[in-house]
Amino acid sequence: MADQKHPFASGDLVTKTPELTLDDLCESCGLTKELITTYVSEGIVEPQGSDKMQWRFSRIHLIKVRRASRLERDLGLNAAGVALALDLMDEIEVLNRQLLQYERHQGPDNL
Amino acid sequence: MEYKDYYNVLGVEKTATQDEIKKAYRKLARKYHPDLNKEEGAEDKFKEIGEAHEVLKNLEKRAAYDQLGSGYQPGQDFTPPPNWDAGFEYSTGFSGTGARGAEGGAAYSEFFEDLFGQAERAQRAQFHARGQDHHARILIDLDDAFTGAKRPIQLKVPKVTADGHVVTEERTLNVNIPKGVRAGQHIRLKGQGTPGQGKGEAGDLYLEVEFNPHPHYRAEGRDLYLDLPVTPWEAALGGKVNVPTPEGAVDVSIPVNSSGGKKMRLKGRGIPGKTPGDLYIILQIALPPASDGKAKELYEKMAEELAFNPRAKLGV
Repeated sequence: MADQKHPFASGDLVTKTPELTLDDLCESCGLTKELITTYVSEGIVEPQGSDKMQWRFSRIHLIKVRRASRLERDLGLNAAGVALALDLMDEIEVLNRQLLQYERHQGPDNL
Repeated sequence: MEYKDYYNVLGVEKTATQDEIKKAYRKLARKYHPDLNKEEGAEDKFKEIGEAHEVLKNLEKRAAYDQLGSGYQPGQDFTPPPNWDAGFEYSTGFSGTGARGAEGGAAYSEFFEDLFGQAERAQRAQFHARGQDHHARILIDLDDAFTGAKRPIQLKVPKVTADGHVVTEERTLNVNIPKGVRAGQHIRLKGQGTPGQGKGEAGDLYLEVEFNPHPHYRAEGRDLYLDLPVTPWEAALGGKVNVPTPEGAVDVSIPVNSSGGKKMRLKGRGIPGKTPGDLYIILQIALPPASDGKAKELYEKMAEELAFNPRAKLGV
């Protein structure tokens, strides 16, 4: 399937490994420490470590804070609203999967 | 260059107040935001809305846009009159919100870039920063997760040209799909995002993995689900049946008196990994149609000889 004429890129799977400090995270996502701290206090991301200096984030957290900041910016939400939206989005995803499964078993037959 | 009717995009009148514009934008943004709406085309629509909002929310830009006149049709070929924006000052410059799209990659229409790009290019040139990370979704086959694979993917990448315009460029990249990847996981391609400005390093490209629907298996996390049809006698009497798995067929013992919907687990037959997933089999009892004489005869015999009332619990 891979063709020869285009560049090849090898990637790493994004894991839960807590490898980023608060500084690293801010550098990677271009967000401020204050904003990240707010996200942590809202429970949007839960880094390892008890205080700010010891916080370690994973790249899954990085993806999540970026998504949070997009929602905040584009929809005019505050951090608590973002936290709620993210929770609801996760819930909808689970429900959608279950619905899909239910529909497969249900079939289109009407009695 | 195509004319853009920003009022039409937001669905508001030309006389709309700033509040009405904001409200219309927010409503559409909630509907088409690519984080909320995974449908094809949602992202393009969202960018269009963002661009319209970027212009109309700013009083100076809106005034400049308004004086272009309203005699154009959306999509009509358009060239701005010379000095069309003389006398307008974009004091606020570029705020970097909204229209940059979900990924922050600037991707405005040619129309926008021609009209308002100047003010922003001046801003853009000023900072030195790490390049933006990019996000894209990649659809792979379930089998790829079992074996690993190399797949070409097409990406639309915003690129800054020599004269400072931002254009969208198609780029193809062959990507290594690691074995054991699951839906919803991300693959990080270091340095494949936007090049950095100044001394900043390039951003990364994050690919979110989704599976193409498989005719037999349904993936949930690292586990797989398979609906397995069995005959009534296989379910009742038990016995070995041949079951497909992504890594080849295996024999599975069906216990005596299994009912339809019964779930059985084949440990470690799901998506491979340090902790491999499991394959769940859900029994579906398939009835032979009573259309041919022999089957009909057997059904009639069962009806006569078996005292079986499946509705006993319903009280009838």
